Amino acid sequence: MLSTKLCGIKLDNPTILASGILGVTASSLINAANNGAGAVTTKSISLEERKGHSNPVIVTFEGGMINAVGLSSPGIENGIEEVKEFKKRSKTPIIASIFASKTAEFGEAAKRISEAKPDLIEVNISCPNVEAEFGKLFAADAKVAASVTEIVKNSTKIPVFVKLSPNVSNIKEIAKAVEAAGADGITAVNTAGPGMVIDIKTAKPILHNKMGGISGAALRPIAVRCVYDIYETVKIPIIGTGGITNGRDAVEMLMAGATAVGIGSGVYYRGIDVFKKVCSEIEEFMKKEGYKNLKEIIGKAHEN
Amino acid sequence: MKTEQPIVLQIKKIVNEASKIKTFIFDYRLDSEPGQFINLWIPRFDEKPFSISYQDDKKFAVTVACIGPFTEKMCSLKEGDLVGIRGPYGKSFNLKGKNIVLVGGGCGCGPLAFLADEAVKKKINVNFIIGARTKDALLFLERMKKSNIKTFVTTDDGSFGVKGFATDLLKDFLEKNHIDAVYSCGPEKMMKKVAEMCKNKKIYCELSLERYMKCGFGICGQCCMDDSGFRVCTDGPIIQGEEALKLKEFGDYRRDASGKKVKL
Ligand SMILES: Cc1cc2nc3c(=O)[nH]c(=O)nc-3n(C[C@H](O)[C@H](O)[C@H](O)COP(=O)(O)OP(=O)(O)OC[C@H]3O[C@@H](n4cnc5c(N)ncnc54)[C@H](O)[C@@H]3O)c2cc1C
Ligand SMILES: Cc1cc2nc3c(=O)[nH]c(=O)nc-3n(C[C@H](O)[C@H](O)[C@H](O)COP(=O)(O)O)c2cc1C
Ligand code: FES
Repeated sequence: MLSTKLCGIKLDNPTILASGILGVTASSLINAANNGAGAVTTKSISLEERKGHSNPVIVTFEGGMINAVGLSSPGIENGIEEVKEFKKRSKTPIIASIFASKTAEFGEAAKRISEAKPDLIEVNISCPNVEAEFGKLFAADAKVAASVTEIVKNSTKIPVFVKLSPNVSNIKEIAKAVEAAGADGITAVNTAGPGMVIDIKTAKPILHNKMGGISGAALRPIAVRCVYDIYETVKIPIIGTGGITNGRDAVEMLMAGATAVGIGSGVYYRGIDVFKKVCSEIEEFMKKEGYKNLKEIIGKAHEN
Repeated sequence: MKTEQPIVLQIKKIVNEASKIKTFIFDYRLDSEPGQFINLWIPRFDEKPFSISYQDDKKFAVTVACIGPFTEKMCSLKEGDLVGIRGPYGKSFNLKGKNIVLVGGGCGCGPLAFLADEAVKKKINVNFIIGARTKDALLFLERMKKSNIKTFVTTDDGSFGVKGFATDLLKDFLEKNHIDAVYSCGPEKMMKKVAEMCKNKKIYCELSLERYMKCGFGICGQCCMDDSGFRVCTDGPIIQGEEALKLKEFGDYRRDASGKKVKL
């Protein structure tokens, strides 16, 4: 009832562990899979080793979460090892997320990570917490987003998803450009903002990076709108990510046009078994409303 | 609604416990359980995890060994300075039986001292083996004696108490006495020995683990251990000895801030 397909890869259910949550090691990814995730995404892996920002790197507020982990990464060799280890121990599909600060390095990262044979590659061009090559997000410029996509596509045979940022004036234009450049799918969205939380007793920003990307409930309506817009513009599948914590949220995202849904912050709000919980809530909704499969739900909000 | 933002507190009192080890006392009702930890924030500098070493209705404390950039900075702070805390985080120790042994190494004695206080309140007989490198690094001896807790000291160099390791004394203890449970916190190789000894003798045992932490509330994945993905910040830091022995990396390696493996 809950199975879905992304570029020919079968997922038992549409919930996917989003990048950067619990995704540092194979063991931790397997823990998410054992807790019901239909697929898992690694934390974004870069060629070089990176420590990330000093703590605090995550705080929560009434409407969600704000983070500036700063893309810590054990480097590509260790990243390859973790993906291989996962493939050895689990049958759940794994998405390897890669990131780089220069366009050319994306190609190298894609080529290297392909050695580990992940089921999909996700290209993170949308992290708001690190300076990219031109001092702005790769995902903020259609031409730049397209050239990163092209370089990655030319470096691997594995299907490529490009992860977009909600912090753009016209996400349709970016989506169209990455599709034209050969992307096999789109993940939408990365965190919004960036935002800031200040401690008023010391008058100091709490995050060490001062600002960070907003995820969780506050992001959800923005993410739903982005997925809705993208679905109207492209034919490739979408992983809808942003603020999903329960079955209702997931169904909403599917109706906006997502083929599968990413869950990140929800791990904090509902526990690591959030995937199982969301799945049983989707199923309950489907039974009650008489839906037989996800196909009947995906994109349904566009019928009006 | 609860948010994971630091609460900023004044450092009420600083006590020099031993050479380069200080206890920071706060006038704040924390309501934590022994074994739990807080993330301590020095604004615009960094934030790191510390176990609670003392607690009553009005106060709590952490005991910090100055060993690197953050803890050195901690040790340069003065009474009245402001720091942030969030938590308490993690699982606590579970007291079992009537006669228990605590095995602490270095700063690991902090959470055990808090546990000892709670055990005494519950009329449990506490035997506390306090291990230190030298006499200068010895912790909580006077505090424990005042509470009528039986203390046994070992130092690596024999400068105080019995020369040798805390585990040597434990071995003796388990042979000569009927012990219901053992609780340990300290260097991982020491805890591994404790866990193995207890497993052989079928004695209930709990340990307190340490791994590199970022969030402290179970989402970043930085503290997860192989092979089960055990999250030290939320599934731990307290773990049963037998469970710890099942973790492939226990006593062998850990991961640093980047996620790369490093040998212990
Ligand atoms: C659950 C828990 C409870 C702890 N309780 C105490 C305590 O009561 N008293 C005490 O003195 N120390 C305690 N520690 C250890 C304490 O967090 C480190 O000593 C401190 O982070 C060192 O920082 P530094 O910059 O001074 O030293 P560094 O030179 O940066 O590091 C020294 C050692 O501390 C470890 N460390 C550094 N940063 C972190 C981090 N963010 N999370 C976990 N480990 C880290 C490093 O891996 C290294 O082994 C605890 C750690 C954990 C995980
Ligand atoms: C702590 C944290 C770390 C993240 N790290 C990454 C990352 O490394 N790469 C990436 O593409 N997205 C990263 N993200 C973004 C998430 O994958 C996701 O797009 C976003 O959080 C929205 O989903 P959510 O509301 O379900 O959390 C991170 C998010 C959080 C909260
Ligand atoms: S410290 Fe982030 S998951 Fe444990």
